[in-house]
Amino acid sequence: MSTERAQETRVLGQAVVLEEAQEPAAGLLNRKVLGHIIAFLSPSLILVLWEVLSRAGVIDVRLFSRPSLIFETIVPLVRSGELLRHTLVSMERIILGFLCGAVPGVVLGLSMGLFPPVRVCLMPLVASTFPIPKLAIMPLILIVFGLGEPSKVFTIAIGVFYLVLINSMTGVLNIDPIYLDVAKNFGASRCQFYLTVALPGSLPMVFAGLKLGMGTALLLIVAAELSAAQAGVGWMVWRAYDMFDIERMFSALITLAFLGYIFSHALDWLEKLIIPWKDR
Amino acid sequence: MEPLTEDTVNPDAVAIRIENLTKTFRKGKSYFAAIKDLNIVVNEGEFLCIVGPSGCGKTTLLRIIAGLERQTGGKVIIRRRRVNRPLTSMVFQTDSIFPWMTVEKNVGYGLDMQGVPKAVRDEKVHHLLKMTGLLAFRYCYPHQLSGGMKQRVNVARAFAADPEILLMDEPFGLLDEQNRLILQKELMQIWEGTGKTTIFITHSVDEALVLGDRLLVMTAQPGQVKKIIEVDLERPRDIISLRSNPHFIELYKEVWHLLSEEVQRSRQMDLKPL
Repeated sequence: MSTERAQETRVLGQAVVLEEAQEPAAGLLNRKVLGHIIAFLSPSLILVLWEVLSRAGVIDVRLFSRPSLIFETIVPLVRSGELLRHTLVSMERIILGFLCGAVPGVVLGLSMGLFPPVRVCLMPLVASTFPIPKLAIMPLILIVFGLGEPSKVFTIAIGVFYLVLINSMTGVLNIDPIYLDVAKNFGASRCQFYLTVALPGSLPMVFAGLKLGMGTALLLIVAAELSAAQAGVGWMVWRAYDMFDIERMFSALITLAFLGYIFSHALDWLEKLIIPWKDR
Repeated sequence: MEPLTEDTVNPDAVAIRIENLTKTFRKGKSYFAAIKDLNIVVNEGEFLCIVGPSGCGKTTLLRIIAGLERQTGGKVIIRRRRVNRPLTSMVFQTDSIFPWMTVEKNVGYGLDMQGVPKAVRDEKVHHLLKMTGLLAFRYCYPHQLSGGMKQRVNVARAFAADPEILLMDEPFGLLDEQNRLILQKELMQIWEGTGKTTIFITHSVDEALVLGDRLLVMTAQPGQVKKIIEVDLERPRDIISLRSNPHFIELYKEVWHLLSEEVQRSRQMDLKPL
């Protein structure tokens, strides 16, 4: 097309007609639909390739299994309700742990952002304990909280807590100074300033922290269910490892991916509800 | 340099008196004067425009009057005519309306902070939304608005707060020319209705002459009064026909001449330590 046009323009005295843009063909193959199809096809293609290659013996089925086998394992797991039971157990731990970490994280983070004395007092503590890998303190958590539910909830809570706290504090500290000037110029009291500027202004960062925290919660559930658990999706993974039941392991991994998807959409929905003013 | 003295103005009609105002700031180890011994008197109900080379302390002056910064010397006296009313409201340079509030909430912000009764507040906000053509957008959030609309919200917010003094720091500086002309016209209409004492900073000589009753040309850093020019053009002014008005052209040349001297000077010196 472009080379054609270039040639045409070289012929002097000849009219060059620039044609109007073609309307996208109404119906199936407009860009959006095509996008959906590709989004569906690309992972499907991998599955097909996986299946074909493992059947052809290129991929070791003992280590990597194959989609049809995994599907055959998942169906009875779903039917019997076993998978649902494990999922609910893990979901409860994740939600409880997430709330126990996020609520104090937001409250402390915002206070540290708003009140310099609080920040000065707590920042050294936060800065010195934040870098400790949460997995490294798991044994300590087990000693303190025992083998029951509290240790699992706490492991998740502590991971979520730091991310939410640091993001909430940064959210307050990063509010554009012009808004502080506006509040001052229009005579906002301290309390009015917190409610009309600091809190709403920091919300986008608070949510960024919550989303990061949710990612960490999913990571930590698997670690938390590694030891002293009798149920849960993470436990399923480890149990399948002990039994060398690769299909079961993949079933649990798929469930975890699904959980992650659900939680991140739930947070997106909540964000849209609470921050309707954010330009998306 | 001719600072305005008492006998050139009627003392009863003084809204702001600025005496020997000085603002120094530190940069590394040395001190610089942004403003030095500035003396101005702003009359009641006057629209004063300030032009000057960049870095002459225009914005600093406005921020001091607004109470957002403290001067290092001198006095600013603002006459308060009514009690429960804010002293100043500012229309800020950049995009300063709150993204988390609807247009309606933004415009009512000053009134909400003052705790004005809801009925009075709603009526004032409604009036200003109508004046600025924002009524249809009152439940929109700023990210849904164009640049010109956002700046209308900024202007409406300052007028709604009903202050003794309106301060405007290059409110239209970031708008395209068409929007700027339209907003200047709208501003004139609102302002002529209220007769508020206004200080308006601008880079544009055109804008200053179209809007102002008087025009203060400031010197390059440190900011001082270079000259005050009476803009004796009849109101209401038509922005387009002014451009062919011989007196307007004369004033334009004069201001531009004064200004270019200062711009030249500021280019030669950069920051001058005390």
